[in-house]
Formats: sequence, structure tokens, C-alpha cells
Amino acid sequence: MSHAVEVPQTYGLMAEFDSAQTLLDAAHAVQRAGYTKTDAFSPMPIHGLAEALGFEEHLIPKIVLTGGILGLIAGYGLEYWSSVIAFPLNIGGRPYHSIVAFIPPAYETTILLSALSCFGSLLFLCGFPEPYHPVFNHPRFSLATADKFFLVIEANDPKFSPDTTKTFLGGLGAKEVVSVNE
Amino acid sequence: MHNTSFPEGDFRAPVPVLTPGQGYRSITDKLTGLVFTANTPRAWFAFVGVGFSLLMCLLMALTWLLLKGIGIWGNNIPVGWAFDIINFVWWIGIGHAGTLISAVLLLFKQDWRMSISRSAEAMTIFAVVCAAIFPIFHTGRPWLAIYWLLPYPNTMLLWPNFRSPLIWDVFAVSTYATVSIVFWYTGLIPDLATFRDRAKNKIVARVYGILALGWRGSAKHWYRYENASLLLAGLSTPLVLSVHTVVSFDFAVAVLPGWHATIFPPYFVAGAVYAGFAMVLTLLIPLRKMYGLQDLITMHHIENMAKVMLVTGLIVVYGYACELFFGWYSGNTYERFMLINRTWRGPYAWAYWMLLLCNFIVPQLMWSKRFRRNIPVVFFVCMFVNVGMWLERFVIIVTSLHRDFIPSSWQMYYPTRWDFLTFFGTIGLFLTLMFLFVRVLPMLAIFELKTLLPEAKPKASGDGGSH
Repeated sequence: MSHAVEVPQTYGLMAEFDSAQTLLDAAHAVQRAGYTKTDAFSPMPIHGLAEALGFEEHLIPKIVLTGGILGLIAGYGLEYWSSVIAFPLNIGGRPYHSIVAFIPPAYETTILLSALSCFGSLLFLCGFPEPYHPVFNHPRFSLATADKFFLVIEANDPKFSPDTTKTFLGGLGAKEVVSVNE
Repeated sequence: MHNTSFPEGDFRAPVPVLTPGQGYRSITDKLTGLVFTANTPRAWFAFVGVGFSLLMCLLMALTWLLLKGIGIWGNNIPVGWAFDIINFVWWIGIGHAGTLISAVLLLFKQDWRMSISRSAEAMTIFAVVCAAIFPIFHTGRPWLAIYWLLPYPNTMLLWPNFRSPLIWDVFAVSTYATVSIVFWYTGLIPDLATFRDRAKNKIVARVYGILALGWRGSAKHWYRYENASLLLAGLSTPLVLSVHTVVSFDFAVAVLPGWHATIFPPYFVAGAVYAGFAMVLTLLIPLRKMYGLQDLITMHHIENMAKVMLVTGLIVVYGYACELFFGWYSGNTYERFMLINRTWRGPYAWAYWMLLLCNFIVPQLMWSKRFRRNIPVVFFVCMFVNVGMWLERFVIIVTSLHRDFIPSSWQMYYPTRWDFLTFFGTIGLFLTLMFLFVRVLPMLAIFELKTLLPEAKPKASGDGGSH
């Protein structure tokens, strides 16, 4: 779709809170009210906040386990292939397939691939690096990494309406509710 | 933290990690202010000046080494390993405290770690960098060492020998370096975002912004972030134990009396933690004073670290006792000779007794609460431990090698000026990196400290709204 004039689209409504408690209470209220396209922002992790917004995900541990198993197979496979098939070398009569001696490197590659897949999956699932995001258009959003708390309801939420959502957010103890552009 | 109440003055009662009166704002301002300031402490310039001068010595020593070969070092048969491996083990050991603090103490939910974990992790990475210099340059021609050490399909169709502990070392140390950097960087991301948002200079904000990867403190991101941090801590714990175990295999797998002992892996790991905590204290005591961090790194932290040092020190001393016992109980002439040579008759016996003074006798001061809370005393003990742990590796490596099985092959070992210059040079590299780190990055985990505030632990609303 190409428009002659780019009109800035509304990304959503952002409410600012002063404390973690009001943010968590507001998150519960927003979830109960049936909003689904929501997010909350805080300077530090708040336990139960993501769950309060109805977010549930158990992917990272599975990815890490897969990475670890691959690391083990790759590490041991490399040792077996290089010492038994590609370059069999008689070292003091020890067997080519020296199981015990092969444990330490395989152990390390297991941890290496688990850790890298952990870091990689964190970045991938969060969508990082992400140089631009509409929430940064909020003039006070830089305080979200210092001492303020924010909650956003996106404009593409099925229940979103510019006026009622604004009144609703205002009633949750928000200091200020601001409409943020895309 | 559990809610059990303890009587007044009970030692089991939880001690508050931060001094009262802190808030989100004060923590943010204090810790970003350390970097965004025009008033860098004078002492910072002094430390970097010393560090940088020593770093130049390192560059000179390494350049000369590459020009002349490793003959400029004092090690020669039978002492084929000396300063290069002593310093390698010393540095790697120092690094272990950082991982222990950030990973093991996280798993044990020790909240006090949060004030010291970031700088301790940085210390880990810089110590591993210093450690890696020694074996890499001991190969003489590091550009060839790539195919000696790393398995990659080269044109000669050669592969490394995986039955050698030296290859295990390559895997252990390179994995350790990689995972430590990943863990450290993961921890830094939210704080880099704080720096991005607090920086007044546009270019500075952009640099921190790039490093912060677009972090915005989203609840969903925090959820994944905490998941990933916990997993990384869980992975780092077996890793850190394995690294010094593998380092000890370099010795324990050999048949040399004084090296060939089953006690080595746990004894080395305990020694690593011991040396590491001593180094963390050695660094944090001046930094805390320089930057006025007494509210965040409290006496409670110093005391806790002193306690860990005391305990790991005693485990190390148990290792010494085991070595003596095994040597005697083996009934083996060479083992018994090694002990007599090491502790009594040999030319390096002084080193053994210095080691006991530094690692066993002086740290016993830490039994006293008064001394644990006295900063000059703690610093004094740490200096002894730093020296003692270096001497421990000297004793294990040099005294075992210099008189082995055949008297005709006995030789003394004397380090040369290049050995000393390289060693002090790595201390310079370490100081330079450490002080550059405190100058440009958050040296305390800002977001983690905020989670310690009482107002950061909201209760879920009572009407069953959660989940």
C-alpha cells in the first residue's frame, strides 16, 4: 500500500506509573479487562508482571537443552572422527577411541553450545538487536530505565478505542497517559 | 529471603545488603554518575598510569620473545615449565571468583553478591586474558600454535591429539572465556540501556545504545532475560569447576612425583576460589574508597568475602596435608624424596614455608570478626594470599620438576628479567583493563541492586488476578 502522504499511525496508549506496585496492579486490571496486545516496562525485573499480562513462554530452556545435546554430539563426534577415522595416531599404545580422555573436551563443547544457544535464543526471541521501537517516541520513556514504570496498550488491540482505553488507563493510578505514534 | 524472625542480634538474621535510604533514583544517579562525570578520581589516573606503564613492559617483553625465542626465559630441561605455567594457573584461578560470585551465589540466592558481581565478572574476563598470554607465547610461535591446538581442517590433514590434557585445557579455557564474556554481556544489557538513556552527549548515547541492542525493559523481555540468566548461571557453575579441574589435569595426569595426585582437581578449584576472592577484595577495597561506594559495597560484603576466603583457604590447607600424607603413605621412594626435597632438604624449601605463612598462618586472622571488619587488616591478608597462591604454583611446578627421578638430570631454575617483566606486564594489562572498565561501564549491576529495594517487590493483587 502506498499513500501519497505518510500519516503517523498511532502505536498505542502509554500510561506512566510511579511504583512497581501500581504497575503490577494495573497490569492485572488490563488483563482482566480483556486487552491482549499489551506490554509493561520497568527498570528492573518484577516477578509476576509478564504473567499478569498473560505472557507465558517456555522456549529458552528447550533451546538450551537442544544446544547442549548438539554440543555434546558435535564435540564427541569431532574427537571420534579426527582420532579414529581421519588421523589415527598411536600415542603410547592407547586406543584410538579413548573414551575417558574424550570426556573433558566433549563436556566443554556441551556447555559452550548450551551457553551460546541460551544467549542466542534470548536475543532472537526478544528480537534484538532492535534499533527502533515506537515506545521510544514517548518523551519520558528514557525514565523506564531509571525509576519510572510504563504500560502500553497497542492500537491494534481488538478492544482498543482511543477514548475509553485512555479513561480506563487513567483510572488505574497512572500519572499520565500519552498516545504514542508508530 | 524467608520470613522467620530471629531474636535481636542473632547471627542467622538476614543482614540488609544495602544501607537504608536508597531508592531507584539514588542508585541510578550514583552509578551512572561514576561514568558521566568530569571529575574522575585522581587515584584512577595513578592506577591507569602504573598499569599502562607495565603494559608497555609486557609488549616489550613479548616482542623480544618473538624475536629471540623462548630461550630468553629461565625455564629449561628439567624445569621445562616455570613462570609461564605458574602465571597461567595463577591468573586462571583469580578469574574463578568472578564466576563463583555471579553464578554459584546466584543459584544459592545470596543477594549480597549483586554489589560485587559485575566487577568480579569483569575481573574474570581480564584475568583469563592475562592467563591466555602465557601458554600462547610459550608455544614460541603462536601463529603455528593454531594448528597445534585447534581442530580445524588444515592443508596438512593434521588433527590435535585429544588424549592430551593440554588440548583439554584449550577447550576448557576457550569455553570459559567465551561463556564468561557472554554471561557478563548479558548482565550488562539493561545497564547499558540505563546509560544510553542517561547520557547527555549524543555520540556517547549512541554507542551505549548500540551496545544495549534496543533494550527497553519490557516485561516479556525481563521474563526471558531472567530465564536466560538463571540458565547461564547454571551452566557456568559446572564450567567453572571443570576449568580448574582440567588445569589440574595438566599436572595430575603426568607421572611426576608432586604432580601425580588425585587430590589435585578439588584442591585446585578451592585454591582458585581462594585466590580469586583475595583478588576481588584487593581490587574492591581501593575502588570502593575511590568512588565512595560504602553504601553499596558495605562492611557486610567485605566480611562475607573474608569468610569465603577463610573457608576456601582451609580447604587448600587440607590439600597440602593430603599431599604430605599421600607422599608418605605411598611408600614410594620418589614420592617420599619429593616431600623431603620440597619441605626440608631442597633448595626451594624456603618457598614452601613462605607458602604456608601466606596461605595458612596469616589468613587465620580472619577468624576474628574484629579483623574481618577492619579494612587494612583484610587488605593485608589478601596481599598475603595473592602472594601465597602464586608461591603455591611455584612450589608445585618448580620443586617437582627440578629434581625428578635421576640425580644426573637435576638442575636449578632461575627466572630471568624477561620472566619478571612478562609477569608484571600482565599485572599491568589487568590493571589497565580493569580501570578502563570502571571508567566506561557500570561497575555495579544497577538493575540488580534495584531489585533489592523493598518497593521493587510488589505483591500480586489479591482478587485472584494472576495467571
